[in-house]
Amino acid sequence: MIEVSNLDVRFGHARSAVHAVRGVSFTVPRGATFGLVGESGSGKSTVLRAIAGLNPDWTGDVRVGGEAQGRSRSRAFYKRVQMVFQDPYGSLHPRHTVDRALGEPLRIHGIGDIERRVIAALEAVGLGRAFRFRYPHQLSGGQRQRVAIARAMILEPEVLLLDEPTSALDVSVQAEVLNLLAGLRSEHALTFVLVSHDLAVVSHMCDRLAVMNHGRVVEELTVDALRTGQATQPYTRQLIAASEGYDRETARGLVDYV
Amino acid sequence: MVDATAPLLDVKGLNVSFRTPSGVVQAVRDVSFSLGRERLGIVGESGSGKSTTGRAILRLIPPPGVVSAERIALSGLELQSLSEREMRTIRGDRISMVMQDPKYSLNPVMRVGEQIAEAYRLHSRAGRREARDKALEMLSAVRIRDPQRVYRAFPHELSGGMGQRVMIAMMLIPSPDLLIADEPTSALDVTVRMQILAIIDDMVRERGMGLVFISHDLNLVASFCDRVLIMYAGRVVEECRASELAAARHPYTRGLFSCLPRIEAGKKTLPTLERDPAWLA
Repeated sequence: MIEVSNLDVRFGHARSAVHAVRGVSFTVPRGATFGLVGESGSGKSTVLRAIAGLNPDWTGDVRVGGEAQGRSRSRAFYKRVQMVFQDPYGSLHPRHTVDRALGEPLRIHGIGDIERRVIAALEAVGLGRAFRFRYPHQLSGGQRQRVAIARAMILEPEVLLLDEPTSALDVSVQAEVLNLLAGLRSEHALTFVLVSHDLAVVSHMCDRLAVMNHGRVVEELTVDALRTGQATQPYTRQLIAASEGYDRETARGLVDYV
Repeated sequence: MVDATAPLLDVKGLNVSFRTPSGVVQAVRDVSFSLGRERLGIVGESGSGKSTTGRAILRLIPPPGVVSAERIALSGLELQSLSEREMRTIRGDRISMVMQDPKYSLNPVMRVGEQIAEAYRLHSRAGRREARDKALEMLSAVRIRDPQRVYRAFPHELSGGMGQRVMIAMMLIPSPDLLIADEPTSALDVTVRMQILAIIDDMVRERGMGLVFISHDLNLVASFCDRVLIMYAGRVVEECRASELAAARHPYTRGLFSCLPRIEAGKKTLPTLERDPAWLA
């Protein structure tokens, strides 16, 4: 469904240029969930934004559903591919009601029957029609993220790009949102690309994952391999050890991988 | 009045409420705990009152917040009886606080080294040169590799991990008896988090400092602290040894634990937390 090969992203010019993504390649089959894991600055979100067409300065080859993608994306592309962002407070317009936020993609794409679709989308994410005329400030963080998911789902896309969808949420709310995403995935046969710094979230949701550091993919492995301790790269092993909670010995043995 | 047998920090019957246009919000309800020279974790979700508890100890709740307590005592000294002026000598000198985001806690237009040196001069009456040497020494103590460069840097020139080390250096330079750390590592990458915790860990072991560690991360608190309070809706619903947190009894604690995804677990649907109104009773 998604093929990325030799993706390079640079920001800035000449000497101050930052080479944020270096030669990243991976393939996500239809219906699979692929995870991108890494620490801040590793380039994982930049890869996602390049696939989404939010980042025009890239080189390499990006194919979605077999079609090579250029710098700008067609309206049809956004009917197939939608994105959910990390910050549920920043990704909804503060002065638009939920109804308007959900109706806008339908209006842009000239799809009718807006009222019925908005209500159906709200019910699909477990909010119900009572939320239709609320403003974002009248919603909790978890409810906002549900609205953002409903907005992404309302065009009935095939692919969802998820950028840290639960890292701003409490753990009990995170569990609800992850369950919601897993439910939508099986119901609509969706393909996910999930970016997260949390190895536990990625291993819960994904089939395969790529570990990134300084713009490169350090290691690509299946979640089963991760679970059974078969990660081979020292960087991956250190990331796993550091995710398992505080340990004095592990803290002393930490190394910087450049 | 310092009582050698008294616990380092003794809080009894702490209540904090905020008067809002839509009624009174009770943020902290009847919280009691005491702390020795150990690492005490306070865990809870957003809105549970954990940060408000930490701030109330330092009298950092501005109006319309109302704080009342039977006792907030530091080594036997009742903090509520102190004047605002006396309280300022407690803050920093005896009790320090590290907040979550160094970006908002550091002065953006002052070199970080000067901010650390200032913290030292305020509490010790040391001269400029001595304060500068002490600040550089403290920067190396928090494992900053090039203390000279970081001393001259402005906060925007530092990464999140470096900024948090600077904050910790500033808070530890007056050698407080008690450190209140409010989500000190939540904004940091896991490897940086481990390094920062190792620094705090050393300070507790070497200086015999007491630590109140406020966090939403159960696994982290279970592995880092000695003892844990679990807060829900302003109340302490459970208190246990950190090593026994996984065997906690309260349904809220157990619910929080079970809804965490785990690397070694399968892809089953995660259990969600059912909140019981009886927990508030």
